[in-house]
Amino acid sequence: MYVRPKPPSDDKRFKQLMREMKRHGYARNSLIEVLHSAQEAFGYLEDEVMKFVALSLQLPLSKVYGVATFYSFFTLKPQGKHTCVVCTGTACYIKGADRIMESIENEYGIKDGDTTEDDELSLLSARCFGSCNLAPMAIIDGEVAGYLDEDKTLKWLKGVLYV
Amino acid sequence: MSEMKTIHSLEELEELAEVLREEQKSKSRITVCTGVACSSLGSEELAKELSEESKNLENCEVKKVGCKGLCALGVLVEDDKNMYHSLKKDDAKNLLAMMEGTQESSEYILSKDIPFYSKQKKIVLENAGYIDPDSLDDYIAADGYKALFSAISDMERSEVIDEIKKSGLRGRGGGGYPTGLKWSTVEKAIGDQKYVICNADEGDPGAFMDRSVMEADPHRVIEGMAIAAYAVGANKGYLYIRAEYPLAVKRIKLAIKRAEKFGLLGENICGSGFSLKLDVRLGAGAFVCGEETALLSSIEGKRGTPTPRPPYPAESGLWGKPTLINNVETYANIAPIIRNGGDWYAKIGTESSKGTKVFALTGQIKNSGMIEVPMGITLEQIIFEIGGGMALGREFKAVQTGGPSGGCIPRDHLNLEVDYENLKSVGSMMGSGGMIVMDESSKMVEVAKFFMEFCMSESCGKCVPCRVGTVQMYEILKKISKKDGTRKDLALLEELCDVVRNTSLCGLGQSAPNPVVSTLRFFKEEYENLLVESRCHISISKEA
Amino acid sequence: MATKQVKTLKIDGMDISSIQGSSILEVAREHDIYIPTLCFVEGLCAVGSCRLCLVEIEGSGKLLPACTTQIYEGMSVITNSEKLLKYRQMILSLMFAERNHTCAVCVSNGHCDLQAMLQILHMDHIKVPYMFPRLKVDATHDRFVMDHNRCILCSACVRVCDEIEGAHTKDIEGRGIKSNIITDFAQNWGDASSCTTCGKCVQVCPTGALSEKGKAVSEQLKRRSFVSYLKSMREDVL
Repeated sequence: MYVRPKPPSDDKRFKQLMREMKRHGYARNSLIEVLHSAQEAFGYLEDEVMKFVALSLQLPLSKVYGVATFYSFFTLKPQGKHTCVVCTGTACYIKGADRIMESIENEYGIKDGDTTEDDELSLLSARCFGSCNLAPMAIIDGEVAGYLDEDKTLKWLKGVLYV
Repeated sequence: MSEMKTIHSLEELEELAEVLREEQKSKSRITVCTGVACSSLGSEELAKELSEESKNLENCEVKKVGCKGLCALGVLVEDDKNMYHSLKKDDAKNLLAMMEGTQESSEYILSKDIPFYSKQKKIVLENAGYIDPDSLDDYIAADGYKALFSAISDMERSEVIDEIKKSGLRGRGGGGYPTGLKWSTVEKAIGDQKYVICNADEGDPGAFMDRSVMEADPHRVIEGMAIAAYAVGANKGYLYIRAEYPLAVKRIKLAIKRAEKFGLLGENICGSGFSLKLDVRLGAGAFVCGEETALLSSIEGKRGTPTPRPPYPAESGLWGKPTLINNVETYANIAPIIRNGGDWYAKIGTESSKGTKVFALTGQIKNSGMIEVPMGITLEQIIFEIGGGMALGREFKAVQTGGPSGGCIPRDHLNLEVDYENLKSVGSMMGSGGMIVMDESSKMVEVAKFFMEFCMSESCGKCVPCRVGTVQMYEILKKISKKDGTRKDLALLEELCDVVRNTSLCGLGQSAPNPVVSTLRFFKEEYENLLVESRCHISISKEA
Repeated sequence: MATKQVKTLKIDGMDISSIQGSSILEVAREHDIYIPTLCFVEGLCAVGSCRLCLVEIEGSGKLLPACTTQIYEGMSVITNSEKLLKYRQMILSLMFAERNHTCAVCVSNGHCDLQAMLQILHMDHIKVPYMFPRLKVDATHDRFVMDHNRCILCSACVRVCDEIEGAHTKDIEGRGIKSNIITDFAQNWGDASSCTTCGKCVQVCPTGALSEKGKAVSEQLKRRSFVSYLKSMREDVL
């Protein structure tokens, strides 16, 4: 008989995740919702977490991995202490989002999607936050930074990093 | 709200609305815009300060409201008499002084007669910027849920559908399929279980109408869905919302809870036996999920890949059941249509496209913001009257509509009357409503490359033409923009446009070539000037 | 159960009748009319992803995939035209350019559906530049090899593993051009515990992407008839 798996560790967050799955009645179609909660709790989708979700919802491993890698909102890599998400939507693009991206890439030696070696900063891009009036904009540690240019962005980052 | 109980009938609802309206009339109201743009300029702090400072004033209420539209002049605050603009977060005291008339205010007052407001026609956005989005009272006072209750208590299901058909409303998600027809297909479809779905996966970059509607007036979307569910015979519905819109998700979830608590949703609504359960499902960053069949896959917890149509979701949708899918703006139009009648709605707009359309006006334009205009208004009126013309005193070059599936419309077509067919005739499309204005500094090959890069990375990878064709097109565009492209490359690009458009599985692939096709149509010389051949030609002619 | 209705239609001008619910492709095959396809396998769900089976329907501007489009009364289908040939040639070109299809050194040389399609569509060159991606060969499984360089992402292996074998060892990771066939947790095939080593995926693979170890090129013949047989057996039981 099928027995629901025990969490791989006594990390509180697994308990939380189990509660979430129970709330969805362990329905297989709740996979994406569950992955959202998992990412919120753990910061990213660790292999261990995804395997636990797969076993709990009785889904094939390959399917869970396939879903997690299909959607760009999910990340399988741990994030740095700070994150900077640059909007690369159309309105931001025509107002110079690419130059902002470049300036961060050059300054910190990382590419879109990477994290600095000291885990301080993760650089990400997003397809439009729907805040086009603030173009070009970025979200730095959850805070909206609008009307940016290269200097302003780097200054903002300097204000948050390594302090 | 505390003494409010479950509402059982239309009469009870109307009585309550009357009481709430009287209560509102007895107070003066200050509304502070807390839309995204104003928030980032400190409107939340300003609202808090205002509440503190106005505590002693009798009968004065400070409300945080959704987007007031003219984002370029934030923070916007309105009282019973005036609208004030360009406020900062620490302006509370000054503002109250201005309102009392003890301080000079002329440079802060924004006249409502300016074209930005006078040329608009608000149906979807009638409450946006005036009501507190988290307050069910405010919505009910604004005739909220009246349409739902009168539909349930006074109208047959077929009458509701007839009214929508009469209105001429067409899908606001981009395709423009007649809404009434869609509803009646689902209504006629045979099935013990039917679903209604709200597509709130607003993926077009440069578009934020749906976000604003959900954040400013969430109950309107829910009421529209509930009327739809009643009309087609569904008792379960999902709102599929982008995870990038956490505030919209929060507000919709809260609105559902409140509506359920007071019997406006849930079991046996209005004592009619009609029940509806609504749930939110989060998108996870896949543009293709705006496509109906891909959206269904995603709600089912799978990879968001589309499936060939037919069968259409109206017959075989979510878990194989008949399913109605409309987008946020479409649902937001429903309640006013039922309240005022289909004929009223059909009087607005053009022959083929009725009603209004909400646009997100952005780019190199003075009055960027969110607007709602009647169909049939010209692009020129939108850009130069409502939009106030170009920013930085630059020359207008093109306006991009329809997102990655649309096209760039040049100066020669500025007198185009905006409706579904006209936009299509110039190689663009209505899309969900992004309108991005570009000046002479925008290079069209770069713009085409930008959109192709978007389609390439958003392609789901299921069918060959979209998966590989978009990459091939992107590579050619890259080559041309680096001035390494040849005439042969350009010819191949044109052939690929044709193949990808006609052979891709879903709408994403089929429309992916549009930005290239439209820039090739209107700005071909920009491509040609970059070709190797034209460079050789110039250097030879110089030597000679 | 009600008897299924018969529908009459035209394919390439020929009058044909068949039962309701059949796809254009099925009906065409019943009557020996050839429609090219690389992703359709009899007995597995049709997905309409290779787009080679697109046909013209009179009166409709859109091209529709024969494998997923059901027949209806009075429909008139054109399976072959200059326009269709042009599109099919470009689609096949895109498929060839996507990965590294080097027939001369491929295990399936001589009995590969992709290679055969070149002849069927009268092609002597590929119309778009090759992309030459760097891809892995997974030879960790005891009996089989997965060479991603030869894969056309038709998903036949994924479907047979899920629909017939029921193991769902294989799936697709990523999206767009980064899509890739994976086993279990995107791990080496040899370490994928859910794999039953049944080998059905190898049999349905139209190219040399999946092959058997220890067999010479001339022995790498694939047989697929078992799929519809197994499917019908399953349906009888269920």
